[in-house]
Amino acid sequence: MKKHRFRFSRKAFAYPYMIFLLLFVVVPLVIILINAFLDDANKFTFANFAEFFSDAGGGLTVLGNSLIIGLVTTVICLVIGYPCAYLLAKYHASSKVLVLLFILPMWVNFLIRTLSTKAIFMALDVKLGMGTVLFGMVYNYLPYMILPLHTTLVSIDHSYIEAAEDLGADRMTVFLRTVLPLSTSGIVSGVTMTFIPAISTFAISEILSSSKIFLFGDAINMHFSKTTNSFGVGSVMSLVMLVLVIVANVIVNLTSKDDEGVSAL
Amino acid sequence: MKRKGLIGRICADGYLGLVLALLYLPILLIIIFSFSGTSRFSFSDGVTLDSYRQLFDPELNAGLLSALKYTAILAVSASVISTILGAFSTIGIYALGRRMKKITLTVNQLPMINSEVVMAVSLMVFFAAFSFIFPQGMTRLIISHVAFCTPYVILSILPRLQRMDPNMYEAALDLGANPFSAMIKVVFPYIMPGIVSGFAMAFTLSLDDFIITQFNKGDTGIETLSTYIYEDARVKSLEPFWFAVFSIFFVVMFTLLLLMNIRKTSKEVHQ
Repeated sequence: MKKHRFRFSRKAFAYPYMIFLLLFVVVPLVIILINAFLDDANKFTFANFAEFFSDAGGGLTVLGNSLIIGLVTTVICLVIGYPCAYLLAKYHASSKVLVLLFILPMWVNFLIRTLSTKAIFMALDVKLGMGTVLFGMVYNYLPYMILPLHTTLVSIDHSYIEAAEDLGADRMTVFLRTVLPLSTSGIVSGVTMTFIPAISTFAISEILSSSKIFLFGDAINMHFSKTTNSFGVGSVMSLVMLVLVIVANVIVNLTSKDDEGVSAL
Repeated sequence: MKRKGLIGRICADGYLGLVLALLYLPILLIIIFSFSGTSRFSFSDGVTLDSYRQLFDPELNAGLLSALKYTAILAVSASVISTILGAFSTIGIYALGRRMKKITLTVNQLPMINSEVVMAVSLMVFFAAFSFIFPQGMTRLIISHVAFCTPYVILSILPRLQRMDPNMYEAALDLGANPFSAMIKVVFPYIMPGIVSGFAMAFTLSLDDFIITQFNKGDTGIETLSTYIYEDARVKSLEPFWFAVFSIFFVVMFTLLLLMNIRKTSKEVHQ
């Protein structure tokens, strides 16, 4: 009897937060969903979806461009970041400070870093445009790629690699058939941590292209600003973004299924 | 073979050094040229502390000081609230049944995985719809910061709680403690490291946030450091004043984070 009462009272500690989540996470997203089906006079309509998916306001084009820029950013980050994470795990597994140095820029406000790079580009007379935006993106998101990759690579059991070597695999084969497959979950989560923020960020492209390059995050921002006030289409775009996020996370969960026991959940 | 390993290692360190240089070059350049008194990245005016002197110019620093004040208030209140909320909720979530636990943890993940812009606009629209309950200004900002910080607090406490031997709590009850004091004297000390790192994470996240603050600050004139930088330095270009501010910020942030993490690692080694 006593035990039963105590279990009930401990569970009760979760209730306030469950209500909080419902109110401030779930309900706002539901409102966005409802908004997507409302016109200016709050009447039910599909016009917002029609406007977005017919590319009348250019929203679909912006999404396309953002996906391309996000993809290029992610690929560059992976190409630079994977060797970093790999070499760190191979040669500096015991040196946490060095790893930390790669992660620390994450914690310095991205606006400060982005504006600093812009000032340097301007002083060097570099023309602001696609090149500078991509540089800024890679510069910002590289630590987000390295962190999950490093976590996965460091936790690979070294005996797998030794076993592969003992069985006669050369170094290339060991890497391609042992290390790379074992780090898939790190690659997927690094790619998500780079790709999703890269397509939806705003400010980086705005600052580093002098507002010439417009990304999906900027577009959502614009639709919700006071001057344009087209919440309906903005809501549709937010939903599209949400779908992308969910798809990305389903993929992450599928690939990391094996180490679920290790993770926090 | 040994020499080959050595060459490999030198190449590896060279590559790592190159990437680190790329990551830190902009920061270093800003710090170096904060002593030039200009924003042209040249020492044509010699070495001077002019940019730092401008920090004390009341006309230039008024906006910055007010932004710092709001940033601090927001970061402290959001991190304290989300740490308390997170600590109790984690204990509650841990005791939930399998299904409810899974649902709660899935929803708890939403603010972490969701694109910041989407979370920001959804809160903005929500607050606008219920503006009679949530007045513009700090109320909205604190709620939204707590909403995106608490999930991180919970996920940093939960693993520790899962590692705790449930018999410890039962033993405290058997020895005559009531559930509340068993919680305070046995459970909390055990999960304390998780609480501390959750708090640190919430504090830095709130300090660093831009997008969610930008959408939810309303027009009450509240600016945090991020939004103030965005409004000021984006329009005008980066003035010498900002070079000094950024340099101080870099140095303080890096020292704090390095110290925090080095302490953490040395503690982990000892355990």
